[in-house]
Amino acid sequence: MTAATDLTLAGARAALARRELSAVELTRAHLDAIAALNPRLNAFITVTPDQALAQAGAADAALARGDAGPLTGLPLAVKDLFCTAGTRTTAASRILGDFVPPYESTVTSQLLRDGAVFLGKANLDEFAMGSSNTSSAFGPVENPWKRQGEENTVLVPGGSSGGSAAAVAARLALGATATDTGGSIRQPAAFCGVAGIKPTYGRCSRFGIIAYASSLDQAGPVARTVEDCAILLNSMAGFDPRDSTSADLAVPDFAAACERGVKGLRIGIPREYRLDALPAEIAALWEQGMAWLQAEGATLAEISLPHTRYALPTYYIVAPAEASSNLARYDGVRFGLRKDGEDLKDLYERTRAAGFGEEVKRRILIGTYVLSAGYYDAYYVKAQQVRALIRQDFDRAWDQVDAILAPTTPTAAFGRDEKQDDPVAMYLNDVFTITANLAGLPGMSVPAGQDAKGLPLGLQILGRRFDEETVFAVGRAIERNAGFSALPALRAAA
Amino acid sequence: MSLDTATVRRVASLARLRVEERDLPRLESELNGILGWIEQLQAVDTTGVEPVAGGGAEALRLREDRVTDGGIQDDVLANAPDRAGAFFAVPKVVE
Repeated sequence: MTAATDLTLAGARAALARRELSAVELTRAHLDAIAALNPRLNAFITVTPDQALAQAGAADAALARGDAGPLTGLPLAVKDLFCTAGTRTTAASRILGDFVPPYESTVTSQLLRDGAVFLGKANLDEFAMGSSNTSSAFGPVENPWKRQGEENTVLVPGGSSGGSAAAVAARLALGATATDTGGSIRQPAAFCGVAGIKPTYGRCSRFGIIAYASSLDQAGPVARTVEDCAILLNSMAGFDPRDSTSADLAVPDFAAACERGVKGLRIGIPREYRLDALPAEIAALWEQGMAWLQAEGATLAEISLPHTRYALPTYYIVAPAEASSNLARYDGVRFGLRKDGEDLKDLYERTRAAGFGEEVKRRILIGTYVLSAGYYDAYYVKAQQVRALIRQDFDRAWDQVDAILAPTTPTAAFGRDEKQDDPVAMYLNDVFTITANLAGLPGMSVPAGQDAKGLPLGLQILGRRFDEETVFAVGRAIERNAGFSALPALRAAA
Repeated sequence: MSLDTATVRRVASLARLRVEERDLPRLESELNGILGWIEQLQAVDTTGVEPVAGGGAEALRLREDRVTDGGIQDDVLANAPDRAGAFFAVPKVVE
Protein backbone atom coordinates (compact mmCIF):
# COMPACT_ATOMS: atom_id res chain seq x y z
CA MET A 1 0.00 0.00 0.00
CA THR A 2 1.10 3.56 -0.69
CA ALA A 3 2.43 5.30 2.41
CA ALA A 4 -0.09 7.77 3.80
CA THR A 5 2.37 10.61 3.26
CA ASP A 6 2.71 9.72 -0.45
CA LEU A 7 -0.99 10.17 -1.16
CA THR A 8 -2.18 13.18 -3.08
CA LEU A 9 -4.70 15.40 -1.35
CA ALA A 10 -7.44 14.05 -3.63
CA GLY A 11 -6.20 10.49 -3.04
CA ALA A 12 -6.17 10.95 0.73
CA ARG A 13 -9.67 12.41 0.61
CA ALA A 14 -10.89 9.34 -1.29
CA ALA A 15 -9.13 6.99 1.16
CA LEU A 16 -10.74 8.78 4.11
CA ALA A 17 -14.15 8.61 2.45
CA ARG A 18 -13.75 4.86 1.92
CA ARG A 19 -12.59 4.58 5.55
CA GLU A 20 -9.42 2.77 4.44
CA LEU A 21 -7.51 5.23 6.57
CA SER A 22 -8.54 7.37 9.52
CA ALA A 23 -7.84 11.08 9.75
CA VAL A 24 -5.88 10.45 12.95
CA GLU A 25 -3.66 7.88 11.16
CA LEU A 26 -3.12 10.28 8.27
CA THR A 27 -2.27 13.16 10.59
CA ARG A 28 -0.01 11.02 12.76
CA ALA A 29 1.92 9.87 9.68
CA HIS A 30 2.58 13.49 8.78
CA LEU A 31 3.50 14.47 12.35
CA ASP A 32 5.95 11.55 12.46
CA ALA A 33 7.46 12.72 9.17
CA ILE A 34 7.80 16.25 10.56
CA ALA A 35 9.45 14.92 13.73
CA ALA A 36 11.94 12.97 11.61
CA LEU A 37 12.77 15.55 8.93
CA ASN A 38 11.96 19.01 10.19
CA PRO A 39 15.03 19.29 12.43
CA ARG A 40 17.01 19.20 9.19
CA LEU A 41 14.71 20.87 6.66
CA ASN A 42 13.40 23.59 9.03
CA ALA A 43 10.26 23.85 6.91
CA PHE A 44 8.09 24.55 9.98
CA ILE A 45 8.65 27.35 12.49
CA THR A 46 5.94 26.01 14.79
CA VAL A 47 4.44 22.50 14.86
CA THR A 48 1.05 22.06 16.53
CA PRO A 49 0.69 18.29 17.07
CA ASP A 50 -1.92 18.44 19.84
CA GLN A 51 -4.16 20.74 17.85
CA ALA A 52 -3.67 18.65 14.70
CA LEU A 53 -4.61 15.40 16.44
CA ALA A 54 -7.65 17.02 18.03
CA GLN A 55 -8.77 18.31 14.63
CA ALA A 56 -8.14 14.88 13.11
CA GLY A 57 -10.22 13.26 15.85
CA ALA A 58 -13.06 15.66 15.11
CA ALA A 59 -12.64 14.87 11.40
CA ASP A 60 -13.01 11.14 12.04
CA ALA A 61 -16.20 11.85 13.98
CA ALA A 62 -17.53 13.94 11.10
CA LEU A 63 -16.62 11.21 8.61
CA ALA A 64 -18.42 8.64 10.80
CA ARG A 65 -21.52 10.86 10.90
CA GLY A 66 -21.37 11.23 7.13
CA ASP A 67 -21.06 15.01 7.14
CA ALA A 68 -17.52 15.50 5.85
CA GLY A 69 -16.57 18.83 4.23
CA PRO A 70 -14.36 19.22 1.16
CA LEU A 71 -11.14 19.04 3.25
CA THR A 72 -12.18 17.00 6.27
CA GLY A 73 -9.19 15.32 7.88
CA LEU A 74 -6.60 16.54 5.35
CA PRO A 75 -3.36 17.73 7.03
CA LEU A 76 -1.97 21.03 5.75
CA ALA A 77 0.86 23.43 6.54
CA VAL A 78 0.03 27.11 6.96
CA LYS A 79 2.57 29.72 5.91
CA ASP A 80 3.49 31.64 9.05
CA LEU A 81 2.19 34.84 7.49
CA PHE A 82 -1.47 33.86 8.01
CA CYS A 83 -2.80 34.81 11.43
CA THR A 84 -4.07 31.76 13.30
CA ALA A 85 -6.09 32.42 16.45
CA GLY A 86 -4.21 31.19 19.50
CA THR A 87 -1.22 29.91 17.51
CA ARG A 88 1.96 32.01 17.36
CA THR A 89 2.31 33.84 14.03
CA THR A 90 5.76 35.30 13.38
CA ALA A 91 6.16 36.32 9.70
CA ALA A 92 9.60 34.73 10.32
CA SER A 93 10.60 37.96 12.08
CA ARG A 94 12.06 38.63 15.51
CA ILE A 95 9.70 41.56 15.78
CA LEU A 96 6.71 39.18 15.88
CA GLY A 97 8.58 36.32 17.56
CA ASP A 98 6.02 35.94 20.36
CA PHE A 99 2.93 37.28 18.64
CA VAL A 100 -0.22 35.22 19.22
CA PRO A 101 -3.07 36.57 17.09
CA PRO A 102 -6.47 36.86 18.76
CA TYR A 103 -8.15 36.29 15.38
CA GLU A 104 -8.04 33.97 12.36
CA SER A 105 -7.27 35.02 8.79
CA THR A 106 -10.17 34.61 6.37
CA VAL A 107 -8.28 32.09 4.22
CA THR A 108 -7.40 29.80 7.14
CA SER A 109 -10.87 30.16 8.65
CA GLN A 110 -12.32 28.91 5.36
CA LEU A 111 -9.94 25.93 5.34
CA LEU A 112 -11.00 25.13 8.93
CA ARG A 113 -14.67 25.53 7.95
CA ASP A 114 -14.08 22.86 5.30
CA GLY A 115 -12.50 20.47 7.79
CA ALA A 116 -8.74 20.84 7.24
CA VAL A 117 -6.19 19.79 9.87
CA PHE A 118 -3.37 22.29 10.56
CA LEU A 119 -0.01 20.66 11.25
CA GLY A 120 1.78 23.92 12.01
CA LYS A 121 3.21 27.13 10.64
CA ALA A 122 5.57 26.99 7.67
CA ASN A 123 8.83 28.92 7.46
CA LEU A 124 9.31 31.79 5.00
CA ASP A 125 11.57 34.70 4.20
CA GLU A 126 11.12 37.41 6.83
CA PHE A 127 7.88 39.28 6.04
CA ALA A 128 7.83 37.33 2.73
CA MET A 129 10.74 39.41 1.42
CA GLY A 130 13.07 37.11 -0.45
CA SER A 131 13.48 34.37 -3.03
CA SER A 132 15.62 31.86 -1.13
CA ASN A 133 14.10 31.48 2.35
CA THR A 134 17.42 32.49 3.88
CA SER A 135 16.18 35.69 5.55
CA SER A 136 14.00 33.95 8.16
CA ALA A 137 14.80 34.88 11.75
CA PHE A 138 14.12 31.21 12.53
CA GLY A 139 16.87 29.95 10.25
CA PRO A 140 16.93 28.99 6.58
CA VAL A 141 14.93 26.16 4.99
CA GLU A 142 16.75 23.36 3.18
CA ASN A 143 15.43 22.24 -0.20
CA PRO A 144 14.71 18.47 0.03
CA TRP A 145 16.13 18.04 -3.50
CA LYS A 146 19.83 17.37 -4.11
CA ARG A 147 21.94 17.79 -7.22
CA GLN A 148 23.05 14.36 -8.41
CA GLY A 149 26.47 13.61 -6.95
CA GLU A 150 26.33 16.63 -4.60
CA GLU A 151 24.47 15.23 -1.63
CA ASN A 152 26.25 17.62 0.72
CA THR A 153 25.39 20.83 -1.12
CA VAL A 154 22.45 22.51 0.57
CA LEU A 155 20.11 24.07 -2.01
CA VAL A 156 17.59 26.81 -1.27
CA PRO A 157 13.88 25.97 -1.55
CA GLY A 158 13.12 29.34 -3.14
CA GLY A 159 11.04 31.93 -1.40
CA SER A 160 9.32 33.46 0.13
CA SER A 161 7.03 30.44 0.62
CA GLY A 162 10.04 28.12 0.94
CA GLY A 163 8.77 26.26 4.01
CA SER A 164 5.40 25.62 2.36
CA ALA A 165 6.99 24.24 -0.82
CA ALA A 166 9.67 22.20 1.00
CA ALA A 167 7.08 20.70 3.39
CA VAL A 168 4.85 19.59 0.51
CA ALA A 169 7.79 18.26 -1.54
CA ALA A 170 9.23 16.28 1.39
CA ARG A 171 5.77 14.84 2.18
CA LEU A 172 5.46 16.59 5.51
CA ALA A 173 2.05 17.95 4.46
CA LEU A 174 -0.48 17.17 1.70
CA GLY A 175 -0.69 20.83 0.78
CA ALA A 176 0.06 24.28 2.16
CA THR A 177 -1.09 27.84 2.09
CA ALA A 178 1.33 30.33 0.61
CA THR A 179 1.41 33.93 -0.58
CA ASP A 180 2.85 35.51 -3.70
CA THR A 181 3.91 39.16 -3.99
CA GLY A 182 6.47 38.81 -6.79
CA GLY A 183 6.68 35.05 -7.33
CA SER A 184 6.68 33.74 -3.76
CA ILE A 185 4.35 30.82 -4.55
CA ARG A 186 5.49 29.96 -8.07
CA GLN A 187 9.29 30.21 -7.67
CA PRO A 188 9.55 27.92 -4.58
CA ALA A 189 7.04 25.53 -6.16
CA ALA A 190 9.34 25.30 -9.20
CA PHE A 191 12.48 24.89 -7.06
CA CYS A 192 10.85 22.11 -5.00
CA GLY A 193 9.12 20.19 -7.81
CA VAL A 194 5.54 20.91 -6.69
CA ALA A 195 2.60 22.86 -8.12
CA GLY A 196 1.43 26.25 -6.93
CA ILE A 197 -0.97 28.92 -8.09
CA LYS A 198 -1.20 32.62 -7.37
CA PRO A 199 -4.80 33.43 -8.22
CA THR A 200 -6.06 36.76 -9.54
CA TYR A 201 -5.58 39.72 -7.21
CA GLY A 202 -8.81 39.91 -5.20
CA ARG A 203 -9.69 36.21 -5.46
CA CYS A 204 -8.52 35.35 -1.91
CA SER A 205 -9.10 37.68 0.99
CA ARG A 206 -6.01 39.34 2.44
CA PHE A 207 -7.70 39.81 5.83
CA GLY A 208 -5.45 38.40 8.53
CA ILE A 209 -2.46 37.90 6.23
CA ILE A 210 0.49 39.94 7.48
CA ALA A 211 0.95 42.59 4.80
CA TYR A 212 4.09 43.06 2.73
CA ALA A 213 2.98 44.99 -0.38
CA SER A 214 -0.79 45.24 -0.32
CA SER A 215 -1.41 45.92 -4.02
CA LEU A 216 0.66 42.84 -4.98
CA ASP A 217 0.09 40.30 -2.15
CA GLN A 218 -2.19 37.39 -2.94
CA ALA A 219 -2.73 34.04 -1.21
CA GLY A 220 -2.76 30.70 -2.99
CA PRO A 221 -2.04 27.01 -2.45
CA VAL A 222 1.00 24.79 -2.95
CA ALA A 223 0.36 21.06 -3.47
CA ARG A 224 1.78 18.09 -5.35
CA THR A 225 -0.75 18.07 -8.20
CA VAL A 226 -2.70 20.62 -10.21
CA GLU A 227 -5.98 19.08 -9.05
CA ASP A 228 -4.89 19.33 -5.38
CA CYS A 229 -4.18 23.03 -5.90
CA ALA A 230 -7.65 23.44 -7.41
CA ILE A 231 -9.31 21.72 -4.42
CA LEU A 232 -7.45 23.95 -1.97
CA LEU A 233 -8.11 27.15 -3.92
CA ASN A 234 -11.83 26.35 -3.97
CA SER A 235 -11.77 26.54 -0.16
CA MET A 236 -9.40 29.50 0.14
CA ALA A 237 -11.10 31.79 -2.38
CA GLY A 238 -14.22 33.89 -2.11
CA PHE A 239 -15.58 37.32 -1.31
CA ASP A 240 -14.79 38.84 2.09
CA PRO A 241 -16.22 42.21 3.14
CA ARG A 242 -13.25 42.66 5.51
CA ASP A 243 -10.84 43.09 2.59
CA SER A 244 -11.70 46.21 0.57
CA THR A 245 -9.97 44.72 -2.49
CA SER A 246 -11.72 41.34 -2.30
CA ALA A 247 -13.62 40.56 -5.50
CA ASP A 248 -17.34 40.05 -5.09
CA LEU A 249 -17.49 37.20 -7.58
CA ALA A 250 -18.71 33.60 -7.41
CA VAL A 251 -15.93 31.02 -7.03
CA PRO A 252 -15.96 28.60 -9.98
CA ASP A 253 -15.38 24.85 -9.61
CA PHE A 254 -11.62 24.93 -10.20
CA ALA A 255 -11.22 21.16 -9.81
CA ALA A 256 -13.72 20.56 -12.62
CA ALA A 257 -11.82 23.00 -14.86
CA CYS A 258 -8.64 20.90 -14.64
CA GLU A 259 -9.96 18.31 -17.09
CA ARG A 260 -11.32 20.76 -19.68
CA GLY A 261 -8.42 20.18 -22.05
CA VAL A 262 -6.70 22.77 -24.18
CA LYS A 263 -8.21 22.04 -27.59
CA GLY A 264 -8.83 25.30 -29.41
CA LEU A 265 -7.04 27.45 -26.82
CA ARG A 266 -4.64 30.07 -28.12
CA ILE A 267 -1.39 30.03 -26.14
CA GLY A 268 0.84 33.09 -26.15
CA ILE A 269 4.63 32.89 -26.13
CA PRO A 270 6.11 36.23 -25.06
CA ARG A 271 9.01 37.24 -27.28
CA GLU A 272 10.59 39.31 -24.49
CA TYR A 273 10.89 36.26 -22.21
CA ARG A 274 13.46 34.71 -24.55
CA LEU A 275 16.37 36.07 -22.54
CA ASP A 276 19.84 35.75 -24.05
CA ALA A 277 21.07 34.36 -20.74
CA LEU A 278 18.32 31.72 -20.48
CA PRO A 279 19.99 28.33 -19.86
CA ALA A 280 19.53 25.93 -22.78
CA GLU A 281 17.75 23.30 -20.70
CA ILE A 282 15.13 25.82 -19.58
CA ALA A 283 14.62 27.02 -23.15
CA ALA A 284 14.29 23.38 -24.25
CA LEU A 285 11.70 22.63 -21.57
CA TRP A 286 9.72 25.68 -22.67
CA GLU A 287 9.78 24.40 -26.28
CA GLN A 288 8.68 21.00 -25.03
CA GLY A 289 5.74 22.58 -23.20
CA MET A 290 4.69 24.35 -26.39
CA ALA A 291 4.84 21.06 -28.30
CA TRP A 292 2.72 19.27 -25.68
CA LEU A 293 -0.01 21.90 -25.83
CA GLN A 294 0.06 21.98 -29.64
CA ALA A 295 -0.28 18.19 -29.77
CA GLU A 296 -3.39 18.48 -27.58
CA GLY A 297 -5.04 20.90 -30.00
CA ALA A 298 -3.95 24.33 -28.76
CA THR A 299 -2.50 26.87 -31.15
CA LEU A 300 0.60 28.91 -30.40
CA ALA A 301 1.06 32.59 -31.06
CA GLU A 302 4.10 34.75 -30.47
CA ILE A 303 3.09 37.82 -28.49
CA SER A 304 4.93 40.93 -27.39
CA LEU A 305 4.97 42.32 -23.85
CA PRO A 306 7.26 45.25 -24.61
CA HIS A 307 7.62 46.61 -21.05
CA THR A 308 8.72 43.27 -19.55
CA ARG A 309 12.28 44.47 -18.93
CA TYR A 310 10.97 47.25 -16.70
CA ALA A 311 8.91 44.96 -14.48
CA LEU A 312 11.66 44.20 -11.95
CA PRO A 313 12.73 47.81 -11.34
CA THR A 314 9.04 48.79 -11.15
CA TYR A 315 8.46 46.11 -8.54
CA TYR A 316 11.50 47.20 -6.53
CA ILE A 317 9.95 50.64 -6.17
CA VAL A 318 6.30 49.69 -5.63
CA ALA A 319 6.87 46.79 -3.22
CA PRO A 320 9.35 48.54 -0.87
CA ALA A 321 7.20 51.69 -0.90
CA GLU A 322 4.16 49.72 0.24
CA ALA A 323 6.29 47.72 2.67
CA SER A 324 7.73 50.82 4.32
CA SER A 325 4.18 51.99 4.94
CA ASN A 326 2.79 48.59 6.05
CA LEU A 327 5.69 47.88 8.39
CA ALA A 328 5.39 51.26 10.12
CA ARG A 329 2.97 49.56 12.51
CA TYR A 330 5.79 47.60 14.16
CA ASP A 331 6.83 50.17 16.71
CA GLY A 332 7.02 48.26 19.98
CA VAL A 333 3.84 49.78 21.40
CA ARG A 334 0.79 47.67 20.62
CA PHE A 335 2.25 44.23 19.91
CA GLY A 336 5.53 42.53 19.13
CA LEU A 337 9.06 43.14 20.32
CA ARG A 338 9.96 46.23 22.34
CA LYS A 339 13.44 47.61 23.05
CA ASP A 340 13.39 50.39 25.60
CA GLY A 341 14.94 53.73 24.72
CA GLU A 342 15.59 57.16 26.15
CA ASP A 343 12.37 58.53 24.74
CA LEU A 344 9.57 57.37 22.45
CA LYS A 345 11.45 57.98 19.19
CA ASP A 346 14.48 56.14 20.55
CA LEU A 347 12.19 53.28 21.61
CA TYR A 348 10.79 53.06 18.05
CA GLU A 349 14.23 53.15 16.46
CA ARG A 350 15.81 50.59 18.79
CA THR A 351 12.81 48.28 18.56
CA ARG A 352 12.80 48.30 14.77
CA ALA A 353 16.59 47.98 14.49
CA ALA A 354 16.56 44.95 16.78
CA GLY A 355 13.37 43.41 15.37
CA PHE A 356 13.91 43.57 11.61
CA GLY A 357 16.51 41.64 9.61
CA GLU A 358 18.84 43.11 7.00
CA GLU A 359 16.70 42.55 3.88
CA VAL A 360 13.61 43.98 5.57
CA LYS A 361 15.57 47.05 6.67
CA ARG A 362 16.94 47.48 3.15
CA ARG A 363 13.45 47.45 1.66
CA ILE A 364 12.05 49.79 4.31
CA LEU A 365 14.85 52.27 3.58
CA ILE A 366 14.38 52.05 -0.19
CA GLY A 367 10.62 52.46 0.26
CA THR A 368 10.99 55.40 2.61
CA TYR A 369 13.38 57.06 0.17
CA VAL A 370 11.20 56.66 -2.94
CA LEU A 371 8.20 58.04 -1.04
CA SER A 372 10.07 60.97 0.51
CA ALA A 373 9.52 64.59 -0.47
CA GLY A 374 11.39 65.45 -3.65
CA TYR A 375 11.68 61.87 -4.91
CA TYR A 376 8.06 60.73 -4.89
CA ASP A 377 7.33 61.76 -8.48
CA ALA A 378 10.64 60.62 -9.92
CA TYR A 379 10.42 57.15 -8.41
CA TYR A 380 7.02 56.19 -7.05
CA VAL A 381 4.72 57.90 -9.54
CA LYS A 382 7.02 56.87 -12.39
CA ALA A 383 6.80 53.23 -11.25
CA GLN A 384 3.01 53.45 -11.04
CA GLN A 385 2.94 54.73 -14.62
CA VAL A 386 5.19 51.95 -15.88
CA ARG A 387 2.97 49.50 -13.99
CA ALA A 388 0.05 50.85 -16.04
CA LEU A 389 2.02 50.19 -19.24
CA ILE A 390 2.83 46.63 -18.12
CA ARG A 391 -0.88 46.03 -17.58
CA GLN A 392 -1.67 47.45 -21.02
CA ASP A 393 0.83 45.02 -22.55
CA PHE A 394 -1.21 42.12 -21.13
CA ASP A 395 -4.56 43.69 -22.02
CA ARG A 396 -3.42 43.79 -25.66
CA ALA A 397 -2.13 40.22 -25.47
CA TRP A 398 -5.52 38.94 -24.30
CA ASP A 399 -6.99 40.07 -27.62
CA GLN A 400 -4.83 37.43 -29.29
CA VAL A 401 -4.44 34.61 -26.76
CA ASP A 402 -6.27 32.81 -23.94
CA ALA A 403 -3.24 31.94 -21.79
CA ILE A 404 0.51 32.51 -21.77
CA LEU A 405 3.22 29.85 -21.36
CA ALA A 406 6.64 30.73 -19.92
CA PRO A 407 9.33 29.28 -17.69
CA THR A 408 8.73 29.90 -13.98
CA THR A 409 12.35 30.68 -13.15
CA PRO A 410 15.56 31.41 -15.08
CA THR A 411 17.45 28.67 -13.17
CA ALA A 412 16.90 25.57 -11.04
CA ALA A 413 17.36 25.82 -7.27
CA PHE A 414 20.76 27.26 -6.36
CA GLY A 415 23.09 26.60 -3.45
CA ARG A 416 22.60 28.41 -0.17
CA ASP A 417 26.06 29.91 -0.53
CA GLU A 418 25.68 30.90 -4.19
CA LYS A 419 24.81 34.43 -5.46
CA GLN A 420 23.38 35.65 -2.18
CA ASP A 421 25.64 38.65 -1.72
CA ASP A 422 24.30 40.82 -4.53
CA PRO A 423 20.70 42.00 -3.91
CA VAL A 424 20.13 42.85 -7.59
CA ALA A 425 21.29 39.39 -8.77
CA MET A 426 18.93 37.82 -6.23
CA TYR A 427 16.04 39.92 -7.49
CA LEU A 428 16.46 38.40 -10.99
CA ASN A 429 14.94 35.17 -9.67
CA ASP A 430 11.59 36.84 -10.06
CA VAL A 431 12.00 38.04 -13.65
CA PHE A 432 9.29 35.74 -15.09
CA THR A 433 6.88 35.82 -12.16
CA ILE A 434 6.71 39.47 -11.18
CA THR A 435 4.65 40.70 -14.12
CA ALA A 436 1.62 38.69 -12.96
CA ASN A 437 1.67 40.54 -9.63
CA LEU A 438 2.04 43.94 -11.25
CA ALA A 439 -0.87 43.18 -13.59
CA GLY A 440 -2.96 41.31 -10.97
CA LEU A 441 -3.15 38.16 -13.14
CA PRO A 442 -3.40 34.49 -12.11
CA GLY A 443 -0.21 32.46 -12.58
CA MET A 444 0.59 28.84 -11.90
CA SER A 445 3.82 26.82 -11.80
CA VAL A 446 3.71 23.12 -12.68
CA PRO A 447 6.68 20.75 -12.35
CA ALA A 448 7.54 19.86 -15.94
CA GLY A 449 11.06 18.48 -16.12
CA GLN A 450 14.51 18.22 -14.59
CA ASP A 451 17.83 19.82 -15.29
CA ALA A 452 20.98 17.84 -16.06
CA LYS A 453 21.66 17.44 -12.33
CA GLY A 454 18.17 16.07 -11.67
CA LEU A 455 16.69 19.21 -10.14
CA PRO A 456 13.05 20.05 -10.87
CA LEU A 457 12.09 22.79 -13.32
CA GLY A 458 8.71 24.44 -13.62
CA LEU A 459 6.62 25.85 -16.44
CA GLN A 460 4.37 28.78 -15.75
CA ILE A 461 0.89 29.47 -17.10
CA LEU A 462 -0.57 32.98 -16.93
CA GLY A 463 -4.22 33.75 -17.54
CA ARG A 464 -6.72 36.57 -17.80
CA ARG A 465 -8.00 38.22 -14.63
CA PHE A 466 -10.40 35.84 -12.86
CA ASP A 467 -9.85 33.11 -15.45
CA GLU A 468 -8.02 30.64 -13.20
CA GLU A 469 -10.10 27.92 -14.88
CA THR A 470 -8.14 28.19 -18.11
CA VAL A 471 -4.89 28.30 -16.11
CA PHE A 472 -5.87 25.06 -14.38
CA ALA A 473 -6.83 23.42 -17.70
CA VAL A 474 -3.49 24.30 -19.28
CA GLY A 475 -1.59 23.41 -16.11
CA ARG A 476 -3.20 20.01 -15.98
CA ALA A 477 -2.34 19.39 -19.65
CA ILE A 478 1.30 20.23 -18.95
CA GLU A 479 1.27 18.01 -15.86
CA ARG A 480 -0.26 15.08 -17.75
CA ASN A 481 2.27 15.31 -20.57
CA ALA A 482 5.26 15.89 -18.30
CA GLY A 483 4.42 12.86 -16.16
CA PHE A 484 6.79 14.30 -13.55
CA SER A 485 7.51 11.46 -11.12
CA ALA A 486 10.99 12.24 -9.79
CA LEU A 487 11.25 12.38 -6.01
CA PRO A 488 13.35 14.57 -3.72
CA ALA A 489 16.25 12.94 -1.87
CA LEU A 490 14.85 13.96 1.52
CA ARG A 491 11.26 12.85 2.03
CA ALA A 492 9.01 10.92 4.36
CA ALA A 493 8.80 7.14 3.87
CA ALA A 494 11.97 7.21 1.73
CA MET B 1 20.48 60.31 -8.22
CA SER B 2 22.92 58.94 -5.69
CA LEU B 3 22.62 58.83 -1.93
CA ASP B 4 25.25 60.30 0.33
CA THR B 5 25.82 59.33 3.95
CA ALA B 6 23.79 62.25 5.27
CA THR B 7 20.78 61.19 3.15
CA VAL B 8 21.00 57.60 4.35
CA ARG B 9 21.03 58.89 7.92
CA ARG B 10 18.01 61.11 7.22
CA VAL B 11 16.04 58.30 5.50
CA ALA B 12 16.81 55.94 8.39
CA SER B 13 15.49 58.53 10.80
CA LEU B 14 12.32 58.99 8.71
CA ALA B 15 11.89 55.20 8.76
CA ARG B 16 12.48 55.12 12.53
CA LEU B 17 15.35 52.66 12.12
CA ARG B 18 18.37 53.07 14.35
CA VAL B 19 21.48 52.69 12.20
CA GLU B 20 24.93 52.57 13.76
CA GLU B 21 27.48 54.94 12.24
CA ARG B 22 29.72 52.02 11.28
CA ASP B 23 26.90 50.50 9.18
CA LEU B 24 26.25 53.64 7.15
CA PRO B 25 28.91 53.08 4.43
CA ARG B 26 27.67 49.54 3.74
CA LEU B 27 24.03 50.65 3.58
CA GLU B 28 24.95 53.59 1.38
CA SER B 29 26.62 51.31 -1.13
CA GLU B 30 23.82 48.69 -1.10
CA LEU B 31 21.09 51.29 -1.50
CA ASN B 32 22.97 53.04 -4.29
CA GLY B 33 23.36 49.70 -6.08
CA ILE B 34 19.60 49.17 -6.02
CA LEU B 35 18.74 52.78 -6.86
CA GLY B 36 21.21 52.81 -9.75
CA TRP B 37 19.51 49.77 -11.18
CA ILE B 38 16.03 51.24 -10.69
CA GLU B 39 17.18 54.33 -12.56
CA GLN B 40 16.56 52.57 -15.91
CA LEU B 41 12.86 53.37 -15.52
CA GLN B 42 13.63 56.96 -16.44
CA ALA B 43 14.11 55.69 -20.02
CA VAL B 44 10.42 54.78 -20.34
CA ASP B 45 8.19 57.38 -21.97
CA THR B 46 5.25 57.75 -19.60
CA THR B 47 3.87 61.01 -20.97
CA GLY B 48 0.15 61.13 -20.32
CA VAL B 49 0.05 57.70 -18.64
CA GLU B 50 -2.33 57.55 -15.67
CA PRO B 51 -0.51 55.94 -12.70
CA VAL B 52 -2.12 52.83 -11.19
CA ALA B 53 -2.06 52.45 -7.43
CA GLY B 54 -4.07 49.33 -6.73
CA GLY B 55 -3.79 45.69 -7.64
CA GLY B 56 -7.38 45.12 -8.65
CA ALA B 57 -10.50 47.01 -9.61
CA GLU B 58 -10.08 50.73 -10.20
CA ALA B 59 -12.65 51.81 -7.61
CA LEU B 60 -12.77 50.44 -4.09
CA ARG B 61 -16.04 49.32 -2.62
CA LEU B 62 -17.63 51.49 0.05
CA ARG B 63 -19.38 49.93 2.99
CA GLU B 64 -22.27 51.23 4.97
CA ASP B 65 -21.11 53.71 7.63
CA ARG B 66 -21.94 51.82 10.79
CA VAL B 67 -20.08 50.15 13.65
CA THR B 68 -19.39 46.50 12.84
CA ASP B 69 -16.81 45.60 15.45
CA GLY B 70 -15.80 46.44 18.99
CA GLY B 71 -16.01 45.32 22.61
CA ILE B 72 -12.77 43.35 22.30
CA GLN B 73 -10.50 45.44 24.49
CA ASP B 74 -8.78 42.42 26.03
CA ASP B 75 -8.02 40.97 22.59
CA VAL B 76 -6.64 44.29 21.39
CA LEU B 77 -4.37 44.61 24.44
CA ALA B 78 -3.40 40.94 24.63
CA ASN B 79 -0.07 41.36 22.83
CA ALA B 80 0.92 44.74 24.29
CA PRO B 81 4.57 44.79 25.47
CA ASP B 82 3.50 47.14 28.29
CA ARG B 83 0.09 48.28 29.42
CA ALA B 84 -1.41 50.42 32.13
CA GLY B 85 -4.91 49.22 32.84
CA ALA B 86 -6.89 49.57 29.64
CA PHE B 87 -4.13 51.52 27.85
CA PHE B 88 -0.94 50.87 25.91
CA ALA B 89 1.95 52.22 27.96
CA VAL B 90 4.95 54.10 26.50
CA PRO B 91 7.82 56.10 28.04
CA LYS B 92 6.84 59.55 29.24
CA VAL B 93 6.51 61.90 26.25
CA VAL B 94 5.82 65.27 27.96
CA GLU B 95 7.98 66.53 30.80
